[in-house]
Amino acid sequence: MNKPYNNKAWFFILPVFLTVAFSAIIPLMTVVNYSVQDIISPEQKVFVGLDWFREVMRDGELHAALLRQLIFSFCVLLVQIPLGIGLALAMPHKGWKSSATLVILAMPLLIPWNVVGTIWQIFGRADIGLGGYVLNLLGIDYNYASNPLDAWLTVLVMDVWHWTPLVALLAFAGLRSIPDAYYQAAQIDGASRWAVFRFIQLPKMRGVLVIAVLLRFMDSFMIYTEPFVLTGGGPGNSTTFLSQYLTQKAVGQFDLGPAAAFSLIYFLIILLLSFVLYNWMQSAGNNANASGGQHE
Amino acid sequence: MARIEFKNLGHAYSGNPASLKDYALQPMNMVWEDGGAYALLGPSGCGKSTLLNIISGLLQPSEGQVLFDGRDMTRMATRDRNIAQVFQFPVLYDTMSVFDNLAFPLRNRKIAEREVQARVREIAEMLDLTRDLKQRAAGLSADAKQKISLGRGLVRKDVAAILFDEPLTVIDPHMKWELRQKLKEIHHQLKLTLIYVTHDQVEALTFADEVVVMTEGKVVQQGKPEALFLRPDHTFVGYFIGSPGMNFCPVRLEGDAVLLGQQRLQIEAAQLQALKNSSGELKLGIRPEFVELAAPGTAGAVSAEITQVQHVGTSQLVTAQLEGMSVKARLSPEMKIATGSQWLRLAKPETIYFSNDERIGR
Repeated sequence: MNKPYNNKAWFFILPVFLTVAFSAIIPLMTVVNYSVQDIISPEQKVFVGLDWFREVMRDGELHAALLRQLIFSFCVLLVQIPLGIGLALAMPHKGWKSSATLVILAMPLLIPWNVVGTIWQIFGRADIGLGGYVLNLLGIDYNYASNPLDAWLTVLVMDVWHWTPLVALLAFAGLRSIPDAYYQAAQIDGASRWAVFRFIQLPKMRGVLVIAVLLRFMDSFMIYTEPFVLTGGGPGNSTTFLSQYLTQKAVGQFDLGPAAAFSLIYFLIILLLSFVLYNWMQSAGNNANASGGQHE
Repeated sequence: MARIEFKNLGHAYSGNPASLKDYALQPMNMVWEDGGAYALLGPSGCGKSTLLNIISGLLQPSEGQVLFDGRDMTRMATRDRNIAQVFQFPVLYDTMSVFDNLAFPLRNRKIAEREVQARVREIAEMLDLTRDLKQRAAGLSADAKQKISLGRGLVRKDVAAILFDEPLTVIDPHMKWELRQKLKEIHHQLKLTLIYVTHDQVEALTFADEVVVMTEGKVVQQGKPEALFLRPDHTFVGYFIGSPGMNFCPVRLEGDAVLLGQQRLQIEAAQLQALKNSSGELKLGIRPEFVELAAPGTAGAVSAEITQVQHVGTSQLVTAQLEGMSVKARLSPEMKIATGSQWLRLAKPETIYFSNDERIGR
């Protein structure tokens, strides 16, 4: 490779570096600061090394919250991605119907998180909520305040209601960008509806779907407000997800050291899983059906 | 392979056309012979893509019929028509290998895998794609991609016609020539009916046995390239084909005299009679290639002012002003031509006369 080397080029990334430093790295350093010291007051600080990390790693409740969180995010992706694609495929393609569908579909996205929690909290109540009341009327013993499974499912359904539209909008945008010639060629080649989806629509949507999966994964992994408003993490700990557990530790119990250590671990988990997901989706697209193929 | 016939075929997107202007494709009758290479030539928006989509079945015409070998295909679904189409830009199944792309139309029709293998290899050989069969289609160059699009059409043995919708738009100039040669070769080998849509006259004239010229939804002429050049049926054909296009000068009759502006033009008796028998707006048309310099007072010549002489390699391009109009002439490169007053011979045996833009005596 005969690439010209010019070290002056480094100056060009200086502004970005400074911006990122002030917006991300420096705030993060405070967390790092707390995670390796026992800070009693600004004057009284003891360096404790990795003690907080060791403590956090041995925390059984944390492990439970992490497992709950992983299952929750997995379910979110499992439901929302296929459902979003399905919605996008079923939507009208053009005209006022398309615009109207888009507006209606986007509605849940405009509602603030805590309001979403409140809406579902009331909706799910067995005494005055439409959803809870109807379910009980149908003979289903539903109560999200006392049954952990009900609480868990309610949080999941609420998140599906709130965020599937985002996946649908992204998928719809991906579908709309496919030129008509592809569909015409598929007709000429005698492709079935399934083949059109499998070989034209899905590959062409890959880019937006990667974004959708990453956004939904990161967002759901950090979910806080809605379950906090809806169930407060209960009953028991059944809907206490990672963020809430972290908040309890930092704000509720003032265990800033372990909370800071845990924050860093949390951050690294999201970063790592996003990286893995991204690479997996990219290579899944590149290797599909062709061995030894070239990269674009 | 099929003979394609259009019966009173027309299409209006609005559904209820009140006048001819509302048609994207004005009603017409045409026959294309089996195994012929046809080009649809015209500027953007002239209706050539509409006609192509009607042939492939992607569009239902609002009136008339399309027949393949005498069978009415007008309402037939695209996939049952045995039509192949190559689009303006390469349409590929990105996630598939070149082999799977080529095999796709066959596999969709549930053809035995052994035959698929044999057929794909045969076509790949013909298109020089054998080396790339295992490659992912998305990674190839634009011309290879267009060859794959073409190959997907060719793999089917039962294909009635191959339609090309400006297939060389995205191809590099030097590859264009090669691909066009390849097309001609394949046409020669397989004797397929080829229909080629383009707005590039060079492409149309070099590719096709017969060229169909269209403008504003109307087929103005179908003919061999020479005919379009020598005997354009419509002023549009004269103007669109040739570079520069045909010269047109309005003329009028006063008794037995033909007047071009203020000047009197002496023309042959037979042509004068034809002009007398026609009505409407009359025009004289002559290709720049046929215009000659003449001695003052020569029969068929008028006086003009030469304003520009350009050497363009194999010829000289002369621009002259006469009666407020601009006329172009293509003259031999050896001639010495001075700007200024000159006589130009416009009325010759090669001259064509038009009435209301239609050739007189067609």
